[in-house]
Amino acid sequence: MNTKKLEARELSCIRDERVLFSELNFTLNSEQVLLIEGRNGAGKTSLLRILTGFRKPDAGDLFWNDEAIDDTQEFYQDTAYIGHNNGLKDTLTSEENLRYAQALAISTLTIDDALEQVGLNGYQETLVRFMSAGQRRRLALARLLCTHKPLWILDEPFTSLDRASIKLFEKFIESHANQGGLVIMTSHHDTSIPHTLLQKIHL
Amino acid sequence: MKHSSLYQAFGAVIKRDLLLAYRHRAELINPLAFFVMVITLFPLALGAEIALLKRIAPAIIWVAALLASLMSIDNLFRADYDDGSLELMVMTPHSLSILVLAKVIAHWLLSSVPLLFIAPLMGLMLHMDSDVIGVLLLTLLLGMPVLSLIGGIAVALTLGLRKGGALLAILVLPLYVPILIFASSAVDAAMSGFPVSGHLSMMCAILFLAITLTPLPTAAALKMSLS
Repeated sequence: MNTKKLEARELSCIRDERVLFSELNFTLNSEQVLLIEGRNGAGKTSLLRILTGFRKPDAGDLFWNDEAIDDTQEFYQDTAYIGHNNGLKDTLTSEENLRYAQALAISTLTIDDALEQVGLNGYQETLVRFMSAGQRRRLALARLLCTHKPLWILDEPFTSLDRASIKLFEKFIESHANQGGLVIMTSHHDTSIPHTLLQKIHL
Repeated sequence: MKHSSLYQAFGAVIKRDLLLAYRHRAELINPLAFFVMVITLFPLALGAEIALLKRIAPAIIWVAALLASLMSIDNLFRADYDDGSLELMVMTPHSLSILVLAKVIAHWLLSSVPLLFIAPLMGLMLHMDSDVIGVLLLTLLLGMPVLSLIGGIAVALTLGLRKGGALLAILVLPLYVPILIFASSAVDAAMSGFPVSGHLSMMCAILFLAITLTPLPTAAALKMSLS
């Protein structure tokens, strides 16, 4: 994987005349994890939505590999996002959900392998409607694994996961970073991701 | 490693929407049943005056088709917006307007094509002549995709609102007027025995214009609703 770089310069976000953050600068390189911390309402999700390009920053610029993210198409080729809801279709099976995701991106792992890795082997034919909240989160993780996306943007990835699943999620975040990926995440939990990889921003 | 082509993505969106509709197949009946019922109400209210029914039948069928299309269009992006899959669709390197076109085509296949099969029966019920029914079908074939395409813009614009239904109708119905006018004048011409090719060419032109232009504002409105 080529090295990638996400750079934020002087980002500001204003909501309802309240300044959530201003003049935020950071650079995230390959093999790094950025953890965004802050109390409720501090603007974590707003920052993530700016970083995904859904929302325009009220001031400042974003650069992906030293190029401004104006035309988001190239940036989106490299970016995956898991938000509060997982982006899964309730009435499709796990396999159909992943196949659709692969059809819109570059596939890496096969669907069976990805499900195996997140511990959902045997759920290929199960409708997402019949899966628990934690299993849906794992399925969303499987979507990251079966498509080639260097930059992962994760909004509270550990919600509704049990301890074993959190560990699994952290393992994949760590190995993704070790393989040259970039991860941006918000979390309330303490993470066991090694400090050598980790950068923190406190909003 | 190769990125999926635009054709693959286009096909995947249509395939997924058809599959989703198949899983909710009971809901497919709704616009169809609505269409049939609205049309059936007219003979009941007007009485069995064959000449009058025959005269206004095309208008009844077109207005009913228009309302049936409006009824189902709200679902076009709503479910995707609620479960987050719209975000995934926006975050692809492919042009969003092309993927939007795929969704609209899927909607047209599911909501309008069934009406095309029922419409001749409704025409017979209202005593329309068979050659006029043929022209009516042609206008529906050319006009209904335009309804879905234009409706898509309004749906995307009202996506952020919790209760967008009434606003949607107010936004969309005026935009449906041109296609209604051309369609009914085509059928009128057919009933009076005049050539209809002029009207149909105009509808073709509107259809191609809508296919080319409407996905762009729809895509822009979708991005706006996500911010």
